[in-house]
Amino acid sequence: MSVSSTTPAGPGSSSSMRRARHRVGALATEPVAAPHLDLDALISDPGTGIVVCCGSGGVGKTTTAAALAMRAAEQGRKVVVLTIDPARRLAQSMGIEELDNTPRPVVGIDTAAGGRLDAMMLDMKSTFDEVVESQASPEKARAILENPFYIALSSSFAGTQEYMAMEKLGQIHRQAAVDGTYDLIVVDTPPSRSALDFLDAPERLSSFLDGRFIKLLLAPAKGPAKIMGMGFGIITSALTKVLGAQVLTDLQTFVAAFDTVFGGFRQRAQQTYSLLQAEQTAFLVVAAPERDALREAAYFVERLADDRMPLAGLVVNRAHPRPDVDLSAEEALAATRRLEREESAGRDLYDPELTRGLLRLHADQVRITERETGLRARFAATHPEVATAVVPALSTDVHDLDGLRRVGALLTAPPAPRED
Amino acid sequence: MRDVPTDAPAPDWSRVQLHVVTGKGGTGKSTVAAALALALASTGKNVLLCEVEGRQGIARMFDVDPLPYEERQIAKGLPAGAGTPTASGAPRGAAGTVYALHIDAESALLDYLAMYYRLGRAGRALDRFGVIEFATTIAPGVRDVLLTGKVFEAAKPGRRGKGARQYDAVVLDAPPTGRITQFLNVSDELAGLAKVGPVKAQADTMMTLFRSERTAVHFVTVLEEMPVQETADGIADLRRTQLPVGGVVVNLTRPDELDGDDLAEVTAGASEASGIAADLAAAGVDGTEEERAALAEHLLSEGRDHAERKALEDAQRRLVAQYDVPTYELPRLAGGVDLGGLYELAAHLRRQGMA
Repeated sequence: MSVSSTTPAGPGSSSSMRRARHRVGALATEPVAAPHLDLDALISDPGTGIVVCCGSGGVGKTTTAAALAMRAAEQGRKVVVLTIDPARRLAQSMGIEELDNTPRPVVGIDTAAGGRLDAMMLDMKSTFDEVVESQASPEKARAILENPFYIALSSSFAGTQEYMAMEKLGQIHRQAAVDGTYDLIVVDTPPSRSALDFLDAPERLSSFLDGRFIKLLLAPAKGPAKIMGMGFGIITSALTKVLGAQVLTDLQTFVAAFDTVFGGFRQRAQQTYSLLQAEQTAFLVVAAPERDALREAAYFVERLADDRMPLAGLVVNRAHPRPDVDLSAEEALAATRRLEREESAGRDLYDPELTRGLLRLHADQVRITERETGLRARFAATHPEVATAVVPALSTDVHDLDGLRRVGALLTAPPAPRED
Repeated sequence: MRDVPTDAPAPDWSRVQLHVVTGKGGTGKSTVAAALALALASTGKNVLLCEVEGRQGIARMFDVDPLPYEERQIAKGLPAGAGTPTASGAPRGAAGTVYALHIDAESALLDYLAMYYRLGRAGRALDRFGVIEFATTIAPGVRDVLLTGKVFEAAKPGRRGKGARQYDAVVLDAPPTGRITQFLNVSDELAGLAKVGPVKAQADTMMTLFRSERTAVHFVTVLEEMPVQETADGIADLRRTQLPVGGVVVNLTRPDELDGDDLAEVTAGASEASGIAADLAAAGVDGTEEERAALAEHLLSEGRDHAERKALEDAQRRLVAQYDVPTYELPRLAGGVDLGGLYELAAHLRRQGMA
């Protein structure tokens, strides 16, 4: 495993080059810069009790969460990291490939500073089952757990995973408050279609449970309901037509059984929501320097503000490092053309093919960096208050503790020195 | 690009009517679906590009207004290149059209009720009582059946309804790899809930198309460990459920600016920075000799970094080759993907015989 780094040229020479040359092209005007996000300060602050990593899929949320948790633990905090869907080898190296829904100590952490790290992988179905069992009598719980609608709801309802991640967070937090097991909880969020699903899930679940249709289904079980009258007739016959009669019966049984635990659910959802709004919570929005990921990040930042949730900042993963020399893409490509002319003119050259290849690579690198810088600048221009940490792309996936340690160091590294 | 014929005699999937494109988040699945639709249109086909995840990604990529639940014309394929025979036998220069459809489960359900059960009024009543929302969010599997059902309806030959357009191909920008088998395996998904009844019958009809050779499920991946592993898992899952595995599109590959010898040389540190600096001087790169020496060092370090990543890509590429399915490669475009970039990617897919 190796971390991308472009070896800087000798410090003396490169800085003299900067002075001698003028920037050309898009980099000439330095775009709006976001304030730097100091993650070491965040995780070492005893006032930080919960860190929630969110963002769209494929941006490195899980790795970010695990790396921060590990760094905090090695700095002396008692940490638990709750992950959703880690890469297999990363899960193995953390000792959490078993889905038993309980935090397990991670072996191989440096505990010299007095900290510790537990990790767990969320099993949304068992979490849901636990909630049902805690809310209903044993017989009722069994009836619910066996209903096909419950089985489907608990394993595939859009939002269940998000909701259960929050539920588990609430459980661990309550437990930690009692026995002091942890002083920092780091949460990874599910790879949602949209990052917003995470915040919408509790509302969706409880509005579903509160919905008119549910009331309607409950009505016959609760006695005559005249108000429904015609409407209900049309609906049941329509549903029977489409789904078949058995489905409707199963559904009614499920809703009737579930009715008693609704209240408990809503209350818990409300508690978790308040916990997320608390001062000790810090949201980290994770993104990649791509248009879609940053757009999602922007939505999320705005939504957190609307919901009065505390945002710590933005982590931009997978960024390409800015080339350390001032040679624009256009200059590099022009040089390849001149080199070609010189070569065909018979000039004695060292390795023109290699030099051209290197120049083209450089041009490619510069263009990518310029695009990414531009995208980040647009984000910063519309969200100037959001502190940002930029993490260079790794050349391989992280699948061991050393890898996580390195990511932790990159996440908390001071910002690259500005060039002017 | 790598060793691919520049003008494949016949596309690999000419008999396929429904192209399902899946991939792990961040691999560019939507981009590839759009490029594939354009590539198919460039062979003279009329293509419908569908999205089902409510993101309006198609509208953004093609730079058009957000799409309604209605088929809209969004682009023309590139006319077949002058002087080369078209693979499909379409008249030279005749490009097909790409239409797009944004499918949401709520509209699909109302559409479905109206189409199959003539439930116009009752359908609206259902909406008023929140049944539509209920059915599309909770009733498990129903959501997927509705989404895939609409795609099925668009893809089947002899579709009914006023002004129903016939498409030569339908491209579905599908849910990510982790969910694709469940998404397409609609009849099993419903089995626990609806053992009989019209929805079940409908799901079974759909499965017949999905399991046939008129369907191909393509995977998009990048040459990194996790997406490649997920692709392997996805292919295995599909095969287990007898769903047809299509090709693998390896997206965002690094440029081949250095050949194998140069890569080895750069990695071994065999190239002299002073030699490169001299070449830079010959190429008219201005500055002092010192600056050029520093630049040469920097370029070599970029080269080493590139070589290292190329080697890692090659290791993943070898794994992809073991899947034993046709593979295609799309380069990473340094400027990002805009509409022009989509056409560029479509041309790559055509050259490699995917369309």
